[in-house]
Formats: sequence, C-alpha cells, structure tokens
Amino acid sequence: MSFVPGKPVTAVVQIIEIQKLRQGDNLILGFSIGGGIDQDPGQNPVSEDKSDMGIYVTRITPGGPAEVADLRVGDKIMQVNGWDMTVVTHDQARKRLTKKNEKVVRLLITRKSL
Amino acid sequence: YDISADKGERSRDRHKSRSKDSRSEKSVTINTPPAEPLLGDSSVRGEQVQDDNWGETTTAVTGTSEHSLSQEDIVRITKDLEDSVGLDCRRYVTRTIAVILGLLVFLTPLAFLVLPHILWPEKLQSCGTACEGLYISVAFKLLILLLAVWALFFRPARAGLPRVFVFRVLLAVLVFLFVVSYWLFYSVRILDSQDDNYQGIVQYAVSLVDALLFIHYLAVVLLELRQLQPCFSVCVTRSSDGETRHYNLGQLSIQRAALAIIEHYYCDFPIHNPALLSASKSRAAKHLAGLKVYNVDGPGNNAAAGMAQSQSRAMIAAAARRRDTSHNELYYEEAEHERRVRKRRARLVVAVEEAFTHIKRMQEEEPKKAPGDVMDPREAAQAIFPSMARALQKYLRTTKQQHCHSMESIQQHLAFCITNNMTPKAFLESYLTPGPTLQYGKDHWLGRRWTLISEASVTNGLKDGSVFVLKCVDFSLVVTAKKIPYIQMSEEYIDPKSHKFVLRLQSETSV
Repeated sequence: MSFVPGKPVTAVVQIIEIQKLRQGDNLILGFSIGGGIDQDPGQNPVSEDKSDMGIYVTRITPGGPAEVADLRVGDKIMQVNGWDMTVVTHDQARKRLTKKNEKVVRLLITRKSL
Repeated sequence: YDISADKGERSRDRHKSRSKDSRSEKSVTINTPPAEPLLGDSSVRGEQVQDDNWGETTTAVTGTSEHSLSQEDIVRITKDLEDSVGLDCRRYVTRTIAVILGLLVFLTPLAFLVLPHILWPEKLQSCGTACEGLYISVAFKLLILLLAVWALFFRPARAGLPRVFVFRVLLAVLVFLFVVSYWLFYSVRILDSQDDNYQGIVQYAVSLVDALLFIHYLAVVLLELRQLQPCFSVCVTRSSDGETRHYNLGQLSIQRAALAIIEHYYCDFPIHNPALLSASKSRAAKHLAGLKVYNVDGPGNNAAAGMAQSQSRAMIAAAARRRDTSHNELYYEEAEHERRVRKRRARLVVAVEEAFTHIKRMQEEEPKKAPGDVMDPREAAQAIFPSMARALQKYLRTTKQQHCHSMESIQQHLAFCITNNMTPKAFLESYLTPGPTLQYGKDHWLGRRWTLISEASVTNGLKDGSVFVLKCVDFSLVVTAKKIPYIQMSEEYIDPKSHKFVLRLQSETSV
C-alpha cells in the first residue's frame, strides 16, 4: 500500500459507517489511530508497509461503536466523510474524526484481506 | 653467551655447477658474544672455501686452483678451522680492524695539522686569527665525532650473527677509501710541493672532519633509522605447542630480523614446557597401535617404495574406518583435569592467604620486641613457607610446572614479595600462569644457541612471503613475513553546524 509520488493510489476499500456514542461531554468512536506524515512510520505497530505514513487503526475498544461497525485493528483509513486521510498529520486526522457537529462518520478503509 | 659458527654443508646455489637436486639450504648458527663492534669477516673466509669448491666440482678448467681437493676435504678443513680457531678469531679480527680504522680516522686530521710544522717549519706562514679559530673548530668537531662514534659503535654487541653486517662493511669501506683519498691528495699536493699556505692546510683538515661527521650521519641513518618504520608483519609460531605472536618489523635483513624475533621471544612467549606435550604424543601412538599390515601377495611383487606406500595407505584407511572413541576419553580426561586443577588452586590460594596473615611489618614506634622475634625478609619467608609448601607443591605437580621452580627460588620469591609489601595474589601470580622464559632461572634458557634455517641468503632483506625457521634444541620457531599494505587515506570535511537531529514519534490517539 505504499504510494509512488505523482501516481494515483489505488486500493480496494470498504465503507464503514460508525455512529458516534455520547460519553459525558464527548462524542467518541471507540478506537485509536496511529500514523501520520509527521510520525515515524517505522514504529507503526500495525502497518504492513513500514514506510507508509497513512492513518491506521491501532486499537479497538471492546463493545464500542467501532467494534459494532466491524472496524478492525490494522485497517488503514483512506477517507473520513470525504476528507482525505492518506496524507495528513496525526493531529489533522484526529480533528477530522472528532468534529463535534458530526454524529456519523463514514470511513473508507482498506485492509489486506480485501 | 658463547658461540659456534656452523657453515652449511652443501654449496651455495650461485654456482651454476650445482645440480638442481641439492637444494642450497643455508644453515647457520646465531650466537651472542659479549662484544663485537664492527665487522664479521666470516664471509671472507667462506668465499675462499666456496671458490675452491666451485673449482673442484665443475668440469671446466679454471686454472686458478692448483691443488685437487675433494669436497669432503674442503668441508673437513672448514670444520677444523672453525673448531680450533672458533669465533674468538673472528671477534679479535673484527676488533683489530675497528681499532685500526678508528685510529686512522682520528689521527689523520691531527697529522695533517702537525706534519707541516715538522717538515718545513721555516717556510710556513704563521697562523693568523682565522686560522687559530679553525683550530678550535677542529678540536670540537673531533670531540663530537669521538662521542658520536662511541655512542653508535661501541655498545656491547647483542649477538653474533652468521654473516657480516652488510651496512657496517659498506661504511667501513667508505670511510677507509675516503681517508685514503684525502691522504693521497695531501701527500701529492701538500707534502711534495711543501705548500706554505698554512691556513689552507688547516681548512683542508677541517673539511676532512666535516666530511667524517657527515659519514657518521649516514651511518646513523643506515644502521638505526632505516629499520624503525614498520614495513612487515611477521607471524612467529612455536612448533611444539603452536603459540603464535605477531610483530611489526622494519626493513631488515633476515638475520637481523631473526635476532629481533629471538629477543621478542624471550620476553613474550610463555616458557616451553615439554611435560605438557606428552599427552598428545601418547594419543598419537595409540591411534596406530594395534594395526599390523600383512602382505599376502608374496614377495617380488612391487618395488620396495611401492610396497611401503601401499602399506601406509592401508594403515591410514584402516585407522579411519575403525570406530574410535578416543575423543570421548579426551573430553572426560580434560574435564577431570580442569576440575582437579581448580580444586588444588583453591586450596593453594587459601593456604597462601593464611600464611601471609602471620607476617606483619614491624612499625618503628612499636615497643621493641626481643631480638629473637624480629626477622629479616629471608627469615620471615622461611618461617611461613612450610605452611604453604605442600599446597604449592601439589599445585605445581598438577600443572606440570614442578621442574621450573626449585624450593630455593620459591623462598627467594617469597622474601622478595614480603619485602615489597605484595599481597598473596601478587606472590601467586608467577606460579599460576607460565611466564616468559626470562623470568625463570638461567638453567631454563635452553635455547641460547639458535640456528637460522633459510632458503634465501640471510643477508637478503625481508620480503613479502619470506619464511625462515629458527631452530633450538627442543623446538623451532617458524617465521612468516607479510608486507604491510600501502594505505591510501582520503579526507572528508564535516561542518560542525551540520549535526542536526529530529524527533521521530509514533503517537496513538483515541477518538
């Protein structure tokens, strides 16, 4: 899944819709992300290609909305609600996932088994 | 050290009359006489012998040799000469030549200055100021020359080498020719014509002394400085137990390299212990024991060589096929020996530590004890020795070192350690590990006579791949020389500001 600069990235993706769950003051999705263009891709524990700076799902909270929606550890998130996630910093990714006015997030994820 | 010079029995290969079968292996003996200043002229004598040899064994008639001698006669004469005359002759001849040359060198300038005054005093111009200044210059330069020659040449010789030291001969010849040519010029131009310009004569003498100082500089460079830069790495292996060391040597002739290696040997190699080799020899004997070869084909079959060859091949094949469990024995024997040595060593260390606690250095302020209680180091050593003697003896027997240390030497060493406030561990160090040969008594220096065996002439320089063997009574040292490669170094400049670092993280955020 590594990209060649200048060429379009092609991948087989799956659409996963997650309903955010309200926990006190926050809307949570129930998973953790890792990766980003400002991070060290070699230390990413779940990625297949250790030079890939994309956003990956590193942990799923058991019983949370993500698990219900069949998101798995190791999935690479390509788009969130239309916003690209392949070339973003870690903080930008976090912001796009935790927008307070969105109740539903539509993820395009890719994984090896697809 | 004493000496015996032994010439090779076969002739040198530079005489083309030799057939190719007789390899010219030169075997010469290195020894260490007390003083041998300048020259060795053994090659001069050798030359004569070789010429006779050569004349005798070719078929061409040279006309130079009038007597007919066989090779055995030559060899016998050489041996007789050297046995009776021995190296003393060589040493005395060397000394005589050195003294003559030295006197020639020092008296010549003085003679140059004094002779005009003796031979034609009336005609001579008086010596002015500049000329008398030159007197001082000659005096001091001669003094410096005297000190320099004493420093360089009149040192006790370390060894007696088989062939002449080529550079020294060269220098002696150069000095001789130089002085002779100066005398020639002097006698023709000055003595014969009775030159009256005394200042010119003094300047001539000064130029002689200057040139001698420059020749001395040449001597320093050739004899001392040239071999300092390491050029070869030599690997020295002892044939009896495989101890190997590596040394760096400069550009030396083979005999001087051999001398340097022997001196290193005495300092670095642990002492040769024949008792440790008996185990492997008995194993080797056991391998082929119990195998007998019977020739069932009857006599008159092959030539004797062919039979011997097939016999040995059969033995080797049979030995290989036999199911041999000697490796098992070796393993268990070595483990058992290791355990035994460690146990004895532990007992020894405890005994020595305990013995050392009985001795204390007497302080001056202590109330004076009775004279019977106060001991000198020797008596103190004798007092505590019995308590550790048995443990030490058993340990030495187990490690097969008991012949290296006599009781007297152990007590001496103990007294020495007590005098110098050494700990028990320091005392034991010389018994726990075998030290270099020089550490033991003089009777253990078995190899003061060394023989240098080399295929190339021993005055040739060391080359890449030179191999020679230094043989001693019990073992030999095999020496291989390798040239140190030419090193090509390039530089790379690093700007100190170019050392920059970044932080590489991998964060995990839960959403």
